[in-house]
Amino acid sequence: MSLLEIQRLTKDFGGVRAVDKFSYKLEVGALNAIIGPNGAGKTTIFNLITGIYDPTEGHIFFGDDEITGTITYQIAAKGIARTFQNIRLFSDFSVLDNVRTACHRYASYTIWEGLIPTPRRRREEKALAKRAWRLLELVGLADRAHEMSKNLPYGHQRRLEIARALAQEPTLLLLDEPAAGMNPDETVQLMDFIEQIHDSFDLTILLIEHHMEVVMGLADDIVVIDFGRTIARGTPEEVQANPVVIEAYLGAEEG
Amino acid sequence: MSQYYIGILILVCINLLAVLGLSLMTGFTGLFNFGQAGFLAVGAYTATILTTRYSVPFAAALLAGMITSALTSFVIGYPTLRLKGDYFAIATLGFAEAVRLLVENLEKITGGSRGIPRIPTLTNLPVALAAAVVALILVANYVRSRHGRSCVAIREDELAAESIGVNSFRYKQIVFAINAMLAGLAGGLLAHYIGFIQPSMFSIIKSTELIVMVIFGGMHSLTGAVFAALVLTSMPELLRAAQAWRLVVYGALVVLIMVVRPEGLMGSWELTPANVKALFVKSRPAQEEG
Repeated sequence: MSLLEIQRLTKDFGGVRAVDKFSYKLEVGALNAIIGPNGAGKTTIFNLITGIYDPTEGHIFFGDDEITGTITYQIAAKGIARTFQNIRLFSDFSVLDNVRTACHRYASYTIWEGLIPTPRRRREEKALAKRAWRLLELVGLADRAHEMSKNLPYGHQRRLEIARALAQEPTLLLLDEPAAGMNPDETVQLMDFIEQIHDSFDLTILLIEHHMEVVMGLADDIVVIDFGRTIARGTPEEVQANPVVIEAYLGAEEG
Repeated sequence: MSQYYIGILILVCINLLAVLGLSLMTGFTGLFNFGQAGFLAVGAYTATILTTRYSVPFAAALLAGMITSALTSFVIGYPTLRLKGDYFAIATLGFAEAVRLLVENLEKITGGSRGIPRIPTLTNLPVALAAAVVALILVANYVRSRHGRSCVAIREDELAAESIGVNSFRYKQIVFAINAMLAGLAGGLLAHYIGFIQPSMFSIIKSTELIVMVIFGGMHSLTGAVFAALVLTSMPELLRAAQAWRLVVYGALVVLIMVVRPEGLMGSWELTPANVKALFVKSRPAQEEG
């Protein structure tokens, strides 16, 4: 069964077509990747899925629901979580509060109880904190729980952003260039981490990458896009050997 | 305590109400509001017209002022809260000026630029103090709740907040309404303390004075808001002996804070038992290192 289905998705910015009739199916439990040179339209696809942009044309289905044009926060409520290419943490929050804020849907106390605490609020806040701590332990950030997130090393910030996404207990996790700005060591660690959460959280993961090597050992299935169009799809080995892909990458580097 | 000092204290409490709302809205949620005086005016005129013309009980009139002010915030907020960045701030600025001009020109209802004289002076210290303390407790509770965290998340990164499921538009409306209610209450209390209101009391100067208090005290700190309301309200009064120089000293102090400590006096520090304890505990490892 496909968890995410994209049909002929198109996005124009003025005269520029960033995404051109992109169709895609993501199976439940997959760990897939979309790769492509810079400016190929990868992040635009994520922004279209998560409702940050409205598509010019096309449809997006999540499970049985059509989610085309749904507002961002409602997309999150449906079970799609994401990270950003340029890390977007709540930098003035502690590590714990970053995760705790993302757990907010697991408490149900009202605005009035926000003003006047009730036993329910106390109970639910305790549960939220417990939930956040458990997650921090799973991702190995518990010993830094009270540090300001902006003071974390870069690699840990990435990890925290993923933890924050996991705090929503999503069914689909979208990772936007998780290895951007990382050195090879950090990248290897991160790839292990992604594999580990994929297995232990029962997740479907779709990740975007610019560098092909990063996803080779990780993804089951890779789609290559260039200028908003799909130019190849297959296993890492197939994609790597595809002359069209090589041309897109080399051409982009020369150009 | 002499009547004079009681008077200053009442003004501190009234300003604190307006500053608490602003602190929640501007400091914690990141929504700049340069039109706080507009909400003070709505609260002040609503309450005053009700007590002077219709002999409505004081408490009910204050409540009516708060509700009118909150409704106004919805009317203003609905079209403008979706605007990004500075546009919302400019909308609030325009709103406050519009309110002031409206009040000036609706002479039959508001007395125009001559204002409304002989308002019963029903605001006393216990009333003002109780209002300020209750408001402080409510806002402090809110800030520490999941809703408060969502608001700060919006300030820190609105896109990221939305992507974890925070409905930023709704939260902005809520804090805008809470702010408007507190400002409306402050306006009602002010009118019934001074005994006279006129449109010029609710000009941009008043809005600026209130936002300066929030910035001075520390944008992310309620402790800072309380401290700033206390110091910046009472100081111009206490410096009255220095006459011509008092506003210069006031201005210089604000500039000094901005230069030396741009995050405001308190930054994001709050006066809680745990934080006070941490102040003393922290000095120990520092000594070991030294």
